[in-house]
Amino acid sequence: MSGIPHDHYEPRTGAEKWVHSRLPIVGLLYDTLMIPTPKNLNWMWIWGIVLTFCLVLQIATGIVLAMHYTPHVDMAFASVEHIMRDVNGGYMLRYLHANGASLFFVAVYAHIFRGLYYGSYKSPREITWIIGMLIYLCMMGTAFMGYVLPWGQMSFWGATVITGLFGAIPFIGEPIQTWLLGGPAVDNATLNRFFSLHYLLPFVIAALVAVHIWAFHSTGNNNPTGVEVRRASKAEAEKDTVPFWPYFVMKDLFALAVIMVIFFAIVGFMPNYLGHPDNYIEANPLVTPAHIVPEWYFLPFYAILRAFTSEVWVVQIASFVTGGLIDAKFFGVLAMFGAIAVMALAPWLDTSSVRSGRYRPMFKWWFVLLVIDFFALMWLGAMPAEEPYASFSLIASAYWFGYFLVILPLLGVIEKPRAQPATIEEDFNAHYAKPSDTAPAE
Amino acid sequence: MNRGLTGMFKKLTIAAVTVLGLTTGSAFAAGAEGHVEDFAFSFEGPFGSYDQNQLQRGLKVYTEVCSACHGLKFVPLRTLGDEGGPGFSEEQVRAYAAANFEVFDPELDDYRPAGPVDKFPANTAAGAPDLSLMAKGRAGFHGPYGSGINQFFRGIGGAEYIASLLDGYTGEEKEEAGTIFYENTAFPGGWISMAPPLSDEIVEFDDGHDNTVHHMSQDVAAFLMWTAEPKMMARKQAGFVAVLFLTVLSVLLYLTNKRIWAPLKGKHKPEA
Repeated sequence: MSGIPHDHYEPRTGAEKWVHSRLPIVGLLYDTLMIPTPKNLNWMWIWGIVLTFCLVLQIATGIVLAMHYTPHVDMAFASVEHIMRDVNGGYMLRYLHANGASLFFVAVYAHIFRGLYYGSYKSPREITWIIGMLIYLCMMGTAFMGYVLPWGQMSFWGATVITGLFGAIPFIGEPIQTWLLGGPAVDNATLNRFFSLHYLLPFVIAALVAVHIWAFHSTGNNNPTGVEVRRASKAEAEKDTVPFWPYFVMKDLFALAVIMVIFFAIVGFMPNYLGHPDNYIEANPLVTPAHIVPEWYFLPFYAILRAFTSEVWVVQIASFVTGGLIDAKFFGVLAMFGAIAVMALAPWLDTSSVRSGRYRPMFKWWFVLLVIDFFALMWLGAMPAEEPYASFSLIASAYWFGYFLVILPLLGVIEKPRAQPATIEEDFNAHYAKPSDTAPAE
Repeated sequence: MNRGLTGMFKKLTIAAVTVLGLTTGSAFAAGAEGHVEDFAFSFEGPFGSYDQNQLQRGLKVYTEVCSACHGLKFVPLRTLGDEGGPGFSEEQVRAYAAANFEVFDPELDDYRPAGPVDKFPANTAAGAPDLSLMAKGRAGFHGPYGSGINQFFRGIGGAEYIASLLDGYTGEEKEEAGTIFYENTAFPGGWISMAPPLSDEIVEFDDGHDNTVHHMSQDVAAFLMWTAEPKMMARKQAGFVAVLFLTVLSVLLYLTNKRIWAPLKGKHKPEA
C-alpha cells in the first residue's frame, strides 16, 4: 500500500492462508497498522486520531439520540427535553454530542493549521489535502444542520440566515433557497430534510476519511522537517521510520486521553458554556433574537461574510463591473466560500520548494500572523456588525486572502530558506541521543 | 531553534484555547445591559449541589406566586421526588400535584386533579414565558467587553439573572402606549412589563427561613435552575468519575509510551 518499503503480512497457518487467498483483509489491516511512520513526528500529529475518535463518538451518540428525537416543528424542542429528563443517561448523550461537535472543530482546525505550517499540502500530498478540505466542508454542513435540530431560537434563525445566503445568488438563488428549505421559509419540511441529511453526512465523512487515510498511506506521512523518508531500501527506510503500531498508537492514545480529561471536565461541569442561551428558547418565527450568532467554529467565516458591505470599494467595483449582478450580499457569500477555496488551493499557490515552515524564516512569521488573524476573525464574527468591528473585519479578511493569494506565491521567490537536515534520522538524532551516543548537542 | 518553533506551536494552542473562551458563550452584549448581582448559589462549581431545602422553598414561591402567570410545561411533577431535586416522598408528590394543579384528561373529557404522571401545566394566560428552561435561556454574565470569558469563572449566570431581576425593581413605573412598565436594574433596557411579583413576607416558609424579597428571589432562582437542569448532580458526578479515571488512564498511557520509545530516544539531549 505504501511506497515506503516495509514487511508485509504473510499468512502462516492453513486457516490464515485460506482466508487470505479469498479476502486479504487481515493483510490490509496489518499493513495499515504497521505502516512505516516518520519517527520525528511531534505532538501536532496527534489530531488525526482525535478526529477519528470524534467521528465515532458523534455517530455513536447521534444514533442513540436519533432514537428519541422527533423531527417535527411542534415536537422537536420537547423531544430534546424528553431526552434531557426522561431518557436514561440522555442528558449525558446530548451534552457529549453537542460538545463533541466543538471538540471535532478544535481538532480539525489544529489539524489544518499543522498542515499549513509544515507544508503537508505540498506535492505529492495534494489529494490528501483536497479530500481533507472536502471532509471539512461536510463537517460544516453536518454541524450546521445538527444545530438546527433542537429547534431553539438560534437553530431557527441561524437556519434562516444561512439558507438566505443561497438566495443571494443572482437568478437561480431563490429557486435554490426554496429547494433547500422545501418551501418559502424555514419550516417543518426544512427540519425533516436537515435531520435526514444530518444522519447521512457523517457516513459520507467516514468514507472520505477512509480515502484520506488511503491517500497519505500511499505517499507516506509528512513530518516536521518536511524531508521525505528514504525509500531506496527497507534498511534505509527503517532508519527514518518506526511502525505506526505500537509507537504512534500509544503516543496518540496518550494524547487522546489527556484531551478526554479536558473534554469530560467541560461536559460534566460546564456543558452549556459553548452553547448559546437563546437555543433554550423554543423557535418562534415571530420573534427575532437581538443578535443571531453562529456557533464558535463558524465565526471566522461568518466575519468574512459580513465584512464586505456595500461601502467597501472592492464591492462597489465588482458591482459596477458586473452591472449590479454582484451586490454586497452576493459578494459576501463569494468571499466566505472563497476563503475556504483559497485554502484548498494552497498546494498550487505555495511556490516554495521547501516544505516545512521550520526552515522558512519569513514564512513562519506570516504564518503566525495568519493564526492570529484566524482568531481575530473568530472574535469579530461574534461582535455586532458596527464600527469599529466592521473595519477590523475587513482588514482581517483582507489578510486571509492576502496570505494565500499574494504572500504564499511571493515568498517562494523572495525567501532564502535555511538548510534542511539531510534525513529524518539526522533530525531525530539531533534531539535524542542514546546514552552511549556522544554526538555533540545542536 | 527547531524546538523553539515547537514551543511556538504550543503557545499558539494555548492562545487558541483562550480565544475560544473569548468568543463563545452568550458573549454578545447589546444595548444597555442590566446589572446582575453574583449571588452565591450552592450548586456552583464542579462540586456544587442543589440545596434541597432551598429548592422546596423555591417551589413554594413558584406555586404561590409565579404559577399564577408562568407555566413549567417541560417539568414532570414526578421529578419532584427525584434524587438531586426537592426530594419529595411519593405521597408528598401526589399531595402537592393534586392540591395545586388540575389537568385536562381527554379520556374523562374533563378536568381532574394532577398526579405524578402529569407535567406542571403550561400557563399562557398572561402571555408570560414558560419558566422550565429560563435559567438556561438567559445569561447573567457577558463580560469583559462582551467576550463572555468571565462565564468560565462565574458560570453562565442564568439563576443570578433571575434572582437579580426579581430583586431589581426600583419602584418607578411609567406608562407607554397603554402598557405600564416597571423600572428594573437587571432587565436589559431598564424597563420591564412584569409587575413586581414579590413583596416581603408574601410567602411563609415552613422552615421559618428569611422571606424578604432578596431571599425569596434567590430561592425561586435556585428552584428554576433545578427545573432547567434537573440532572445536574448526576451529570457532575459522571463528569467527576470520568475525569478521575481518564487521568489515571493518561498517566498509564504516558508511562507506556515513554517505555516504548525509550530504546529509540535514550536520554533527552540538553538544549544547546
